[in-house]
Amino acid sequence: MKFSIIKSSLFATVFTTLGLLIIPHSLSAKSNIVIGLQQEPTNLDPTADATASIDGMLTHNVYESLTTVSEAGDVLPELADSWTISDDSLTYTFNLASGVKYHDGNIFDSADVIFAFNRAMAEDSVNPTKSIFKVIESVSASNSTTVKIKLKKKDAFFLFNLAKGDASIVAEETASNNNTNPIGTGPFKFASWKRGDRLILVKNPDHRGAAEVALEKVEFRFIADAAAASAAMLAEELDAFPGFPAPEMLPQFQADPRFRVNIGSTEGEVILAMNNAKAPFNDIRVRRAISHAIDRSEIIDGAMYGNATPIGSFYPPHGGAYVDLTGVYPHDTAKAKKMFEDAGVAGMEMTLRLPPFPYAMRSGEIIQAQLAEAGINAKIEQVEWGFWISEVYKKKSYDMTIIAHTSPNDMGNFARGPKYFYGYDDPNFSDLWGRIKTESDPGKRKLMLQEGQRILTDQAVHGFLFQLPLLGIFKNEVKGYWSSAPVLFHPLKGVSVN
Amino acid sequence: MAYFLLRRTIGFLLTLFTVSVIVFGVMNILPGDPALTILGLEASDDSLAALREKLGLNEPLLERYFSWILNALIGDFGKSHSFGVPVAGLISERLSMTVSLAISGMVLTILLALCLGIGAAANHKKIGDWGVMFFSQLGIAIPAFWLSILLVILFSVKLRWLPPGGFPGWDNPLMAIKSLILPTVALALVQSAVLARVTRSSALEVMRLDYIRTAKASGFSNSRVLWRHVLPNALIPIVTIVGMQFAAVVTGTIVIENVFYLPGLGRLIFQSIANRDLPTVQALVMMFAVIVVTANFIVDLLYLVIDPRLKERN
Repeated sequence: MKFSIIKSSLFATVFTTLGLLIIPHSLSAKSNIVIGLQQEPTNLDPTADATASIDGMLTHNVYESLTTVSEAGDVLPELADSWTISDDSLTYTFNLASGVKYHDGNIFDSADVIFAFNRAMAEDSVNPTKSIFKVIESVSASNSTTVKIKLKKKDAFFLFNLAKGDASIVAEETASNNNTNPIGTGPFKFASWKRGDRLILVKNPDHRGAAEVALEKVEFRFIADAAAASAAMLAEELDAFPGFPAPEMLPQFQADPRFRVNIGSTEGEVILAMNNAKAPFNDIRVRRAISHAIDRSEIIDGAMYGNATPIGSFYPPHGGAYVDLTGVYPHDTAKAKKMFEDAGVAGMEMTLRLPPFPYAMRSGEIIQAQLAEAGINAKIEQVEWGFWISEVYKKKSYDMTIIAHTSPNDMGNFARGPKYFYGYDDPNFSDLWGRIKTESDPGKRKLMLQEGQRILTDQAVHGFLFQLPLLGIFKNEVKGYWSSAPVLFHPLKGVSVN
Repeated sequence: MAYFLLRRTIGFLLTLFTVSVIVFGVMNILPGDPALTILGLEASDDSLAALREKLGLNEPLLERYFSWILNALIGDFGKSHSFGVPVAGLISERLSMTVSLAISGMVLTILLALCLGIGAAANHKKIGDWGVMFFSQLGIAIPAFWLSILLVILFSVKLRWLPPGGFPGWDNPLMAIKSLILPTVALALVQSAVLARVTRSSALEVMRLDYIRTAKASGFSNSRVLWRHVLPNALIPIVTIVGMQFAAVVTGTIVIENVFYLPGLGRLIFQSIANRDLPTVQALVMMFAVIVVTANFIVDLLYLVIDPRLKERN
């Protein structure tokens, strides 16, 4: 056989195969949306697994809580229509919404609230944020629509915390199956989940707010790889990618008239964490020198392609009590070098253990170069998440690391004492945080939060880098998406596709 | 023959036992705590303790190993730590995806490689030969994930002929086939590059032998000589490489499934390792080991079919 014959038969095969495939893409109806997510959950129960995408898809969409939180971070009623707080701020009385039904038809009442709280507070509870329930003394109901929660001590964040997915109100009959078949009271019902591929929600026509819900069907597709996510958006397989993983790919979407790119904020403060309990980081001169050595604008340009706001302390720039402290330790390599010499650590080798997130790996390499200029030899060790959380976070086996703290109101991390991985132990700050947590007057709390930011900057506890941005890509038709993420969940109630 | 089979079976069991010890050991030595990866940064110590107890992580290591092995022997691979459902179910719901991809990838690899390799050998030192050599060199040099991205940009983003990824399942056969085309091509182009070169050199070697000259001198057509006389005698090295490539294709699906976001076993193992989901990783590694060992076994049997002389030697 001649080679040309083989070639032509090959071409014939290829063309017949391709011929079968040139079929136009079907257009989806306008009340449907397909949303891309990078992180894939393994479980659909936010009260038993900390994976952020569970909250992102299901909290306040399928599951509801007593309260919810608006985009501005304000606490709003949800399953509780209203509430009263006793004068000593220790007893909360919630008046529950009436006529609410679970997706399986069961009626929601105060017994469900008691069950959900007792389940989360129980000794064998595996709730990922059990700490928010530790302040509770007792939960009781005087009738089917009134729940009374007594606290052991004042907690200014209590109502906010009740909005978290960890405090979702689940029914006793279905709670144990929520990991695969979530049943809640929310505006969307769980329809199907093909693990590793997609999860589908449909509108709950019986929801008390159903009239305001525009979407009939919501399909989440799981795409971990940034290049694949970009291709899926460009091929219009997806309508939205609210948490896009690759800032370097945004310009092509900004230039494309089909898409709208949104750069919002999250609650994630990205820090160069230093092990304050370990030499040489127990020396404030070293920590301050590191703060001078790092150049935030270079890090933001290099790691985030300019799409992030610098921070000088541990508080989000969009928050009400924010103080701009980015000028306290201006970037000054010569000064940093001198300070390292004075502290006797010049030329020292330090390790920088990086978790597998692009923002951390990219920032890490730039910081390594900046520290090298100031005479410090930082050795990068890239570790995967399972290693990071057990070795760095739990066992505190590290010099420096880079991490985003994505929880709201998490300045309290610095009051956790030497047991926490910061190794930071400052009675001044711990005392202040104790007062912030129990202060019910917003004005006074704001002043104290500002004082807290100043203390952390003064002590140069960590290198404070930037606020993690929320990079979203949307088709023009998609409206009503939150542009920032004050919490981990993302309500789809107000989203529409026109 | 009986002795051969017995020897192979013992080897098979020993390999599986070794793999089971290694995978169990490595997964347990590896730093990381399944409970911590599930419950995350805010988890309190008592939640973590409760979850560890629930997952059975507090039992002694040896006891866990034996209960795992004994249960696995009766087909019970336990419950996944992170998914909270039986591992056997997790694997079976993804099996069809990965098996379809591996088979289509392998078939396309063999078809392309044989046609190109034999074609190149037949056109030795001519333009066709050089072309095949050039493109196969390129194929070896290009990483599969990068080729995948290029294919997606061309066929999904620009031309819109094929979906950029995902797999709708076999309920919708046409869509399923469409979804598998790009991953199959990405998987096969790289693998067939290696195999085409092996086919070519093996065929060239056979073509130098006396009986080929005799066949040509007897007036047989070129194609008859190539496909009936050269190819069968050139098959031994080709089959050996195919056997090795089968393992590469199976593991190659891990990368391909990630790029084309296909819900297959490759992605499952990737995710399970990150989640420290011990039962799932153990079951999957064992399964991959069985597949690879079986493939090698089949290759050995094929030698006997291809070359009857080996039967006598055994």
